[in-house]
Amino acid sequence: MSEAPAEIEIDSVGFSGPDASGHFGPYGGVFVGETLIAAVEELALVYQDLSGEQDFWSEYDNELRHYVGRPSPLYFAERLTEVSGGARIYLKREDLNHTGAHKVNNTIGQALLAKRMGKSRIIAETGAGQHGVASATVAARLGLECHVYMGAEDIKRQAPNVYRMKLLGANVVSVESGSRTLKDAMNEALRDWATNVDNTYYIIGTVAGPHPYPQLVRDFQCIIGRETKQQSLEMFGKLPDALVACVGGGSNAIGLFHPFLGDKRVAMFGVEAGGKGLETGEHAAPLSAGTPGVLHGNRTYLMTDPGGQIQETHSVSAGLDYPGVGPEHAWLKDLKRVNYVAATDTEAMNAFHKLTRLEGIIPALETSHAVAYAMDLARSMGADQTIVINLSGRGDKDIETVARLEGMKL
Amino acid sequence: MPAMSRISAIASDRIQQEKKLLIPYLVAGDPDLPTTLTLMKELVQQGADIIELGIPFSDPASDGPVIQRGVERALNGGTTLRDTLALVAQFREGDTETGIVLMGYLNPIEIMGYENFAGSAAAAGVDGVLVVDMPPTDSMELHRRLAAADIDTIYLVAPTTSAERAKDIAEACTGYLYYVSLKGVTGAAITDHESIKETIESMRQLTDLPVVVGFGIKDSKSAKAMASVSDGIIIGSALVEQIAKLSGGAPEKPEIPSCCAVIGEARSAIDSL
Repeated sequence: MSEAPAEIEIDSVGFSGPDASGHFGPYGGVFVGETLIAAVEELALVYQDLSGEQDFWSEYDNELRHYVGRPSPLYFAERLTEVSGGARIYLKREDLNHTGAHKVNNTIGQALLAKRMGKSRIIAETGAGQHGVASATVAARLGLECHVYMGAEDIKRQAPNVYRMKLLGANVVSVESGSRTLKDAMNEALRDWATNVDNTYYIIGTVAGPHPYPQLVRDFQCIIGRETKQQSLEMFGKLPDALVACVGGGSNAIGLFHPFLGDKRVAMFGVEAGGKGLETGEHAAPLSAGTPGVLHGNRTYLMTDPGGQIQETHSVSAGLDYPGVGPEHAWLKDLKRVNYVAATDTEAMNAFHKLTRLEGIIPALETSHAVAYAMDLARSMGADQTIVINLSGRGDKDIETVARLEGMKL
Repeated sequence: MPAMSRISAIASDRIQQEKKLLIPYLVAGDPDLPTTLTLMKELVQQGADIIELGIPFSDPASDGPVIQRGVERALNGGTTLRDTLALVAQFREGDTETGIVLMGYLNPIEIMGYENFAGSAAAAGVDGVLVVDMPPTDSMELHRRLAAADIDTIYLVAPTTSAERAKDIAEACTGYLYYVSLKGVTGAAITDHESIKETIESMRQLTDLPVVVGFGIKDSKSAKAMASVSDGIIIGSALVEQIAKLSGGAPEKPEIPSCCAVIGEARSAIDSL
């Protein structure tokens, strides 16, 4: 199913990025300490060479098909459509992937890359634990040593995923510095990488970080959009009118959007975590309410204070609780190709319950932000139009959080 | 030719005296700004030629735990980039000899704006700037602004840096070239003295700038070992570890000299070479 990344670009004339130095317009780049420069340059070269290597891409396809269970279905959400009242809503079922989210598309690709580069040890950062679990899973599958950095606060909030990673044989390292959340886990992973750069591959979980990560993570996630395109033509004979996906770092969104960027009539909506409301400042929506800056290897929109310190974020969903966003999203925002909006904690929680009750599908809290916005969007559109929501993950991991927020104890 | 920068003047002076450069690093505002000022004056007393002043940043991804905690102490006190510049201006009221290099991460500078930053830094009396997460390829505009304000831009060379890249870095760099002695973060342990010696010798072929070593120097023994193969040394974590024992509030504390003793001891050790 998937092709070499060089061919992916055919669809997206006018939005092809990054350039040779890793920039998406003014965003992206390689802002890391000198010790890591050689490692990211090597990665960029190896990855570039792979674009013509059929063996690699066949192995990747094979893993996606037989291990992950792809292609994931495109599903018509009939009752959700009825209740929303307007456009027909389809769900791209990434929640049905092995490990329960889109994350594994990327970790499989990068773990194969690590093996190809002769690295025996992989490290990863994780917030909610989904990327950590997906990394630990492929490490087990490929027999690689795996260390996952996770903020001490997140370890408390996500105990089942911590145990899951340990069962899979990963070493989960508690990060006690800074705000003890995802951004600090990423700092610690960068420190580990600088220390163990000779034998270590760093699997970044989203389309951020220094070049070539935003590009290669995107390429590994583009399988979502390519399948969606084909399935749309098969199921309703045309491309969707609108695509909706949640945006934290933005990997599931770019995976869905990218193959459609050149299709001008397809509208796109990236939904950020509005937290308690953008006006309160307690959110995780850098594209909606942030400013450009530099963090974790790239220039992008960030939540930063007037003195340039990175701010703590708030979201009901740990997976969106990050102060930055992938540089390609920053660029697509400025180009006005994608509309970036926000859904609050409350709106996401309502959508979580609606989808669960109407379709028998429990979405991840991250994904619930996209569902919330899509239901409003559907109302503003005609019954002859279609929306595809990237149902990026399942909500099993979140049921304790939801119960707690609603005053129950499991 | 522009006038020789303060850093170049200090370096050529030391080389003439056959002495090595001694460069302590501390975080602005750790544990508070008045104490940092007192510490800077004491460091000069104990033999510092240049002081690297860390700009506190919430996400110091190249720093080890000791400096991370120093940065957290400074941020808990609300220290900003503007405060750091004001601190330099205050230090300059009583000292026009010692070199001052600001070391930090890009985002606070990016948010202030390059032109504003370069102008304010020059006005405060800053001599050099080292941005840890800004490699030369992406730094052209900042570098140009700093050069226009007569401020040196200092770059790092790491053990992983290729020979070809080291050449480009050496060409872009002004002031001094900072050799990172190990693969890892600040404050880790140096393990490979022999290859450091070789690398520094090869860098001397690339540049006339002083080549100084930092990241893993903890005591007079490692200071002496590293100074013997380079033009100078940077001591950060070992000093910040001592500063961690001070509690803020009373800058004229009697323990200030002993806090900075690691620098005085390094001075004696490298002067005995």
